[in-house]
Amino acid sequence: MSAHEGPDGQELVTVFLVDDHALFRAGVRAELDSVTDRVRVVGEAGSVAEAVAGIGHHRPDVVLLDVHMPDGGGAEVLKRLRTTLPDVVFLALSVSDAAEDVIAVIRGGARGYVTKTISSQELAKAVVRVSEGDAVFSPRLAGFVLDAFADRPGAAPISDPELDLLTPRERDVLRLLARGYAYKEIASELFISVKTVETHVSSVLRKTQLSNRYELSRWASDRRLV
Amino acid sequence: MRAVEPVRRRRSARLVAGVSGGLADHLGVDVFWVRAVFAALAALNGVGVLAYGMFWLFVPQRASDAPEAPPTPRERQQAVGLAALGVGLAVFSGMSSGSAISGWITGPVAVALVGAAVVWREADEAQRRRWRDGARTRRITALRVLAGVALVAIGIGVLLFTNIGLDQMRFALLAVAATLIGVAVLTVPLWIKLVGALGEERRARIRTEERAEIAAHLHDSVLQTLALIQKQADAPREVRRLARGQERQLRGWLYGPSGYGREMTAQRASTTLAAAVAAVCGEVEDAFAISVQQVVVGDCEVDERINAVVQAAREAVVNAAKHAGVSEVSVYGEVEADRVNVFVRDRGTGFDPDGVPGDRHGLADSIRGRMDRHGGRAGLRTAPGEGTEVHLEMPRKTEART
Repeated sequence: MSAHEGPDGQELVTVFLVDDHALFRAGVRAELDSVTDRVRVVGEAGSVAEAVAGIGHHRPDVVLLDVHMPDGGGAEVLKRLRTTLPDVVFLALSVSDAAEDVIAVIRGGARGYVTKTISSQELAKAVVRVSEGDAVFSPRLAGFVLDAFADRPGAAPISDPELDLLTPRERDVLRLLARGYAYKEIASELFISVKTVETHVSSVLRKTQLSNRYELSRWASDRRLV
Repeated sequence: MRAVEPVRRRRSARLVAGVSGGLADHLGVDVFWVRAVFAALAALNGVGVLAYGMFWLFVPQRASDAPEAPPTPRERQQAVGLAALGVGLAVFSGMSSGSAISGWITGPVAVALVGAAVVWREADEAQRRRWRDGARTRRITALRVLAGVALVAIGIGVLLFTNIGLDQMRFALLAVAATLIGVAVLTVPLWIKLVGALGEERRARIRTEERAEIAAHLHDSVLQTLALIQKQADAPREVRRLARGQERQLRGWLYGPSGYGREMTAQRASTTLAAAVAAVCGEVEDAFAISVQQVVVGDCEVDERINAVVQAAREAVVNAAKHAGVSEVSVYGEVEADRVNVFVRDRGTGFDPDGVPGDRHGLADSIRGRMDRHGGRAGLRTAPGEGTEVHLEMPRKTEART
């Protein structure tokens, strides 16, 4: 985590923007600056190569990563940096709601996925949340994951129940996420603590990233939802 | 780093066929040296000429829209000189190489080759003219081709007459064979080029059509919307509605089942739950200038019951848009093996379910009544200030589609 301190004494979260549209980067930077004091943008990049160099140099807490870029996009940045910079957290940010894009960056190591239409406050919250080690699931991502792990006829056999199945509780949490509930609302709905909700979501994230279930990758490429 | 491009003959900056220029571009050296090498090789019994001919035959011309710098007058002069030198060297080396055969064969063959070169060049020209309108050059073309054919014929004729003291029969056969060979020499490159030109033209046409389709689509949708947004810049609500509607439409076009990036595989699209939910959400978004976030897990065909669910959900979204006072509504649908659940939720003002005036039929008729009639049920969770969530549940008749 960062050694910087914000004005209110809380830790400052440093953010690096990766997006091939300069206009969009400027917009996000302005939004984040205006809505919160806890997040500071330390750098930005417009291509995969710039991103790899810039992130290596700035060592930000969180990277906001566009999925669609020339030269391989967000997945390529993740591939090049995940092993060398394990402390940097990636949050994918994209206009694409296509299932294969979402699943690809999550499996590439991103800690969450939000769409570009997200409000500034929500984005700032999501940045802080991933920087604290939590996962951020948009309703749509929750829906995709539920769908990918669904037991339907013709689904791939389960080789590792630990990774290939969601627990009923995890399903409940995902369903509520997909219904647009915030963590706090999920917690009170299921009579559990917010911390427990976070644990469930992180566990789902881990399964999504590590499960070898054939279904998961095939499902995502079969189906390009909007 | 520049990717190495395949050799392409120059189209305009050329003297004979653009072979030297193409090679020079490919190798990254000055065209003068390539021409000099060809001329020097021509001295070795005409190898340079032969090699040039081979390149001419097998190396395609550059695409017609690739940019090319016109040659300078000086370069052109050099090229003419070198070409003349090459041909001269080839003829001279052939004649002077001593052996009786090469002596008599070289002269006529050289004449025939020049004729062939004239005709082949016309083939290249014909290809070029496809891209510009050039009816005025028709007569010159005919003249050139005739001259070329005449040269080839003379060359072959001289070759036969000067050397063969055979009897009439064999002479006639030989003459026929020679004519056929001459015709083949003259026309084969033409056919090769014709096939290549057709392929190129087809590719260009496909590209053009593709571009036209995209342009038409962008014009019909995106540009119109942008124009509208500029006009309504003072009305944020309207701008939002327009932008949202356009976004949805463009997404549908790019990624949707019947969209641009898709094969023609999925006509079924509009008959599944996910598509139906997306469609009704879109309608409400357009009508009420709100944004409806919809997520559907699993999918199934729309039958009578599912349709009832979709219509009830629509009513619930409309209620939220009208009364909740929010800009976003969430819709979540899940298809399970035995039932379908749909949740419509907003974080708006909420209301007291018991305090709904008796003349308001939306919830009672359009949602509860509709669900009840089809064997499903509708649940409601709301309180003033707490937002509203409508839960629609419907048992299924059919199996879940994978």
